[in-house]
Amino acid sequence: MNIFKGIIQSLRTYRVAAIFGIVMLLAFSLAGCGKKEPAANGKKADGPVTLLNVSYDPTREFYKDINDAFAKEWQAKKGQSLTIQASHGGSGAQARSVREGLEADVVTLALGYDIDALVEAGLVNKGWEQKLANNSTPYTSSIVFLVRKGNPKNIKDWDDLIRSDVSVITPNPKTSGGARWNHLAAWGYALKKNGNDENQAKDFLAKLYKNVPVLDTGARGATNTFVERGLGDVLIAWENEALMAVNELGKDKFDIVAPSISILAEPPVAIVDKVADKKGTREIAQAYLEFLYTEQGQEIAAKHFYRPRSEAIAQKYASTFPKLELFTIADLGGWGAVQKKHFSDGGIFDQIYTPSGKQ
Amino acid sequence: MGKKEISIQENLSTERPLVRWLLIGAALLFLLVMLVIPLAAVFIKAFEDGVSLYLAAVTEPAARAAINLTLLTLLIALPCNTIFGLAAAWAITKYEFKGKNILITLLDLPFAISPVIAGVVFVFLFGRPGLGPWLDDMGFKIVYAIPGIVLATIFVTFPFMARELIPLMQAQGTVEEEAALILGASGFKTFWYITLPNIKWGVLYGAILTSARAIGEFGAVSVVSGHVRGLTNTVPLHVEILYNEYHFSAAFAVASLLTLLAVITLLVKSFVEGKRQNDKIQI
Amino acid sequence: MFLPGFTFKKNSIIPGFGLTMGFTMFYLSFLVLIPLSTIFINTAGLSLHELWGILTAPRLIASYKLTFGTSLAAAAVNAVFGFIIAWVLVRYSFPGKRIIDGLVDLPFALPTAVAGITLTTLYAPNGLLGKFLALFGIKAAYAPLGIVIALTFIGLPFVVRMVQPVLASLDKEIEEAAASLGANRWQTFSKVIFPEVVPALLTGFSLAFARALGEYGSVVFISGNMPMRTEITPLLIMSKLEQYDYGGASAVACALLIVSFLLLLVVNVIQWWHQRRYA
Repeated sequence: MNIFKGIIQSLRTYRVAAIFGIVMLLAFSLAGCGKKEPAANGKKADGPVTLLNVSYDPTREFYKDINDAFAKEWQAKKGQSLTIQASHGGSGAQARSVREGLEADVVTLALGYDIDALVEAGLVNKGWEQKLANNSTPYTSSIVFLVRKGNPKNIKDWDDLIRSDVSVITPNPKTSGGARWNHLAAWGYALKKNGNDENQAKDFLAKLYKNVPVLDTGARGATNTFVERGLGDVLIAWENEALMAVNELGKDKFDIVAPSISILAEPPVAIVDKVADKKGTREIAQAYLEFLYTEQGQEIAAKHFYRPRSEAIAQKYASTFPKLELFTIADLGGWGAVQKKHFSDGGIFDQIYTPSGKQ
Repeated sequence: MGKKEISIQENLSTERPLVRWLLIGAALLFLLVMLVIPLAAVFIKAFEDGVSLYLAAVTEPAARAAINLTLLTLLIALPCNTIFGLAAAWAITKYEFKGKNILITLLDLPFAISPVIAGVVFVFLFGRPGLGPWLDDMGFKIVYAIPGIVLATIFVTFPFMARELIPLMQAQGTVEEEAALILGASGFKTFWYITLPNIKWGVLYGAILTSARAIGEFGAVSVVSGHVRGLTNTVPLHVEILYNEYHFSAAFAVASLLTLLAVITLLVKSFVEGKRQNDKIQI
Repeated sequence: MFLPGFTFKKNSIIPGFGLTMGFTMFYLSFLVLIPLSTIFINTAGLSLHELWGILTAPRLIASYKLTFGTSLAAAAVNAVFGFIIAWVLVRYSFPGKRIIDGLVDLPFALPTAVAGITLTTLYAPNGLLGKFLALFGIKAAYAPLGIVIALTFIGLPFVVRMVQPVLASLDKEIEEAAASLGANRWQTFSKVIFPEVVPALLTGFSLAFARALGEYGSVVFISGNMPMRTEITPLLIMSKLEQYDYGGASAVACALLIVSFLLLLVVNVIQWWHQRRYA
């Protein structure tokens, strides 16, 4: 009798659990059709191969096209089916993932500093810059201004960004690779203007950051703040991001302003030697990165608003890119020195924000 | 139950109508601003481009892979944490022992830990700085693969079940169990026939909270996932990607799908429970 | 008076102590304690001087103030309104009650990033609620108030769900007894009902508070992340990680962890005392 009562009781208990379960099951069957999709794994010998490219945020659309084109070419040439997996995120966070165990065959990041961090961890061999042409940077970009249509605040150059009536949007250089390029472009301009006087350049940056109401954690976040929330008069951005924002989010809403001088942003690519050797994908990884330098690769880059290295393609897309006077990171002493001076704890960015001027 | 009876009871143990409606008004206004409007905004945004685009966004292969992964994670995390929650609540409420306060506090700890740190600790432990190379040799892959995502999810949802059950079991005390045991029932029988029926709503609440949090977890999973599209992206990570690709309404569509599921589950629970309580009163 | 946590009752007749306690400890160690120990190990590499320098940097101190202040405010708001909501849901009936009851848990299910984006959309100067607040000169998004709003949203279910079952299980007869002995409604509430609910309320408050301390995903969207002004401590941990400064990040994480642990411990001890008194 007791047991019978108990069964009834537990059935009652289970009534709700069953409903919960049914809802979950429904969800499963809804999603279940996609089960076989991601099963391809490069384990079988001579079978299909997978390659993992760990990249940074703004390259999503670009590498989607590159991956399709390269996989097709590889299939045609070698008869081997190739799946290229892509991972995107903030450049620093992505480098950290690879450093801590994400098995990337190749990395295509925003700054050389992040690849240097992989050298330090023993994953990428020293001298990666020399492995491929143009310091292993197959495409470049720059830093420009995105302003609201008609440029109501009449923003022409860096000097306008420190005017008291201008509000500037840029991400936080501590967490965003793109923001570091922004910071350094402004720094380079200020140095040139003030005859290399670092104190005055620091002053200039301090005034600029004073006009910044929001420091988003990433470049795309800053773009959204500017575009969606309607904050700020000018967005300092990657040239490719600015061009894409104009094309994707409305030609009638924004204009691009090219400053008198800016920085040549060189996003580097490299094979993660340790992983590629372990997985036996070196040949294919090398071919993948070299593909970026081919006519086809360069054209895809130009289509996605990256400045191509190839003269011929650059000519063809000359109208896309504004003429800019550009300096390089090497002019500022290279990434190692720059990172330490500007963005480490107690560096110039911190000094601007802390009252004591020290850390 | 007669009407008269209720009115007598009300006079003795409830508030004046004015106070009552003020309280209801305050609660509803707060919920409207803090909860209903934000949720409505999510759904409005999700359906902004029409139902067909909504369906396209949630049935696209990468979205389906993300949904599968999230549900798989939930399916592992939920039973683990339920069993743990029952065991912990039993141990804590049925006995007195040294350091109980510390134990309860340790149970709460995952709430207090920044999700980012929750992810990072698993990377420190199972990634290259920790056991990573050794695990690699053994052929295991934990972080930047599905096991890492499951572990991080278990970590952040870990206290819900125990936290839900402890106050409940504490309030119920140990008298009924002791009576059953004295009458000769076995320990398991006591648990199954005495304790479990008493706490079943608590278990259900706990399961729902655990599931909800597991579905929604972003920070910790983001650190251990590696963000490989179609492979280690959970729903929240997929939402972030879509958002970053400027596919705003698709992002909200995917986000709203699991939220919708949670809404349905919660409402079903709420109504079934309400009905059961009514039944009880009638009996 | 006993010292908290120093009584050991071996003669309980309920079986399963070894099994449940063993499993609890195993699970807890494997999933929480061992992983967490890694941040202590990482911090141990620093000298005391370095550690002190990291933890007392002005930006960090500003972020502690902001993080604790906003978390406390959000938890307090949640304690008050969470209690009212739980009360209303348990005691009164009104149209749509069950729907409201079902919706309370939703902040858990919404990915924090989605919550952050949505709240920012609503409370930004050009957003639906932001516009309204701007009429009164109140800035919500990109200001500490925005952080409080986000933290209130994510912590909302804690208090409601902790208080609700306790209120529901209260014996109405006690209240009726109090009333028939001549207590007015307020006296009955403050002397009879409220003390019974205090432990649950306190637990809900402390959980909401602790959860708010660590929250990252939703806050980074709405806060604006301005150094010294709207930068939360978890963001500083992230930016240290971004610079591969594992030691520094672990040190700050440790500090935050210890503080929350102590806070939770204090609340649990208070609750334990309370139970002794009212048991």
